[in-house]
Amino acid sequence: MKHFWTIFSHEIRMLLVSPGTYVAAVFFLATMGFMFTGILEAYSHAPQDASPAIMFFKYFWFPVIFMVPLLTMRCLAEERRLGTIETLLTTPVTTPEVVLGKYGAAYGLYLALWGATGGFFLILKNFAGNSSRLLDPGPLAGGYVFVAVSGLLFIAIGVLASALARNQAVAGFLCFFMLSGLIWGDNFLARDATLLNREALHPIKAAVDYAWIFRHYEDFTRGVVDARQVIFYITGTVLALIFSILSVEAKQLQG
Amino acid sequence: MPEPDPTAIVVSRLVKSYAGVIAVNDISFSVARGEILGLLGPNGAGKSTTMRILTGYLPATSGNVNVCGFAVTTQPDEVKRRVGYMPENNPLPDDMRVSEYLYFRGRLKEVQRRKLGSRIDEVLELCDLKRIRHKIIGRLSKGYRQRVGIAEAILAEPPVIIMDEPTIGLDPHQILIVRDLIASLRGRMTVIISSHILPEIEVTCDRVLIINQGRIVAQGTPADLRREILGQTTYALEYAGDPSRLPALLSAFEPSLHVSTQGEPDGSGFRAVTLTTGRDDDLGETLLRTLLAENLRVRSLSRAQPTLEDVFLAATRRSWDVVDKK
Repeated sequence: MKHFWTIFSHEIRMLLVSPGTYVAAVFFLATMGFMFTGILEAYSHAPQDASPAIMFFKYFWFPVIFMVPLLTMRCLAEERRLGTIETLLTTPVTTPEVVLGKYGAAYGLYLALWGATGGFFLILKNFAGNSSRLLDPGPLAGGYVFVAVSGLLFIAIGVLASALARNQAVAGFLCFFMLSGLIWGDNFLARDATLLNREALHPIKAAVDYAWIFRHYEDFTRGVVDARQVIFYITGTVLALIFSILSVEAKQLQG
Repeated sequence: MPEPDPTAIVVSRLVKSYAGVIAVNDISFSVARGEILGLLGPNGAGKSTTMRILTGYLPATSGNVNVCGFAVTTQPDEVKRRVGYMPENNPLPDDMRVSEYLYFRGRLKEVQRRKLGSRIDEVLELCDLKRIRHKIIGRLSKGYRQRVGIAEAILAEPPVIIMDEPTIGLDPHQILIVRDLIASLRGRMTVIISSHILPEIEVTCDRVLIINQGRIVAQGTPADLRREILGQTTYALEYAGDPSRLPALLSAFEPSLHVSTQGEPDGSGFRAVTLTTGRDDDLGETLLRTLLAENLRVRSLSRAQPTLEDVFLAATRRSWDVVDKK
């Protein structure tokens, strides 16, 4: 992995000079800011059961399905469209180094953007003083750990979509649908689909429950870190990255 | 100390097929160190595929490729360390500055960080890019982009440079600059270039390999190819006199010499004829004396130099004939 850091630092630089990154960042921070304001307004009208952090991280899906495609759609699809993947892979760089370097950069930026939302809580702390009712550190830390762990998989899915498509717009849509399917499709199957309650379909029901991301969010924000959930995200990430590497190599064989 | 291997590239029985279509069909050739080899062939002949296999980007279906003593199949990383490659259409990232791009590529090519700055300065100087080193690549003209591609290929001082159509889309002035740049690598680096522009290959390359339908149909120096493919020498003569005497005169002088085309006389009574012979040595001076001794008025006599274009057309036509017969 000698060239990982070269590709990683290059990708970070390229993400920082890309207008798409700033569109994603502004869109993300503005949306999350409005949501946070809405949550505080609800608190100002009536007492709530959950802390603002729990309410805030409940909307994690919204930036994920819109921001992750914007951050990842370029990474491999654009290299392929321009033909620069050929010059990249004729240097002593391996395909895993390329994919992991790009993945690492996108994940780093994803974390940085979520990290910026910490400013909302700092502002709240300034105005609310030391009110533990508003600033419960447990759910806050749990929320950020959830974002960091689940982000591993979401970004890997974005990289996979970019590895599969030849066009960055197609990669963006593909990523959007894959993430929507994983988050909302699974939520529907786990919560509302009565079909899976049949005994013959119990193994499928168990698998759907295992991948129920809203359940994971609830556990993390309650301070429960279940090793099975962490393994789910790590194995999902590894699989998505392996498929990304295989996809790049398969397309290379096609010439 | 052992002598370095004089051969930089050895390709042996190379075959590449995509989904049942054979792009490269059992080709073998070698390239000496410091030699400039031109790959010539019509579109779809297999030039780019051959080059991509040499760089380690594409795996071959069968056959062996050795670059500087390393097998492409088993030691692709060692091969990639020794090859500078500029693909067809020279893809470059549009949103980077020239110096930034070269720095990134230098790091990928494992040029030591402390040497990289001075090496970038050298290649910028060599490719006349110093003035535009801080410009965004996407805003450069085609000529500058090609030079950035060449600068990138030679950046790590690899012993082998492979360039696919390096002058495509350039104007004549830019072609001249790129051609000089490639010629300046002669002796220092082994260069393989492909091109459709035949005079360019002729001027730049020490040796030419003509590929058609995935097979090598001819190889050698341009002079060898002329002799081998065309197999005859042509003379252009302008004379005045009785045309019926000429064939007999010529066969008496040299039995293989004959009139291949004959024009009508102009206002001064001179007519232009083309003479062909199987002899390769220069007959011009003795032929001129013979014609003058026979009281023919000669205005000009010259040995026609067939272009590489004639050779290329004859070689590819010959290979098509072979395909048709099959």
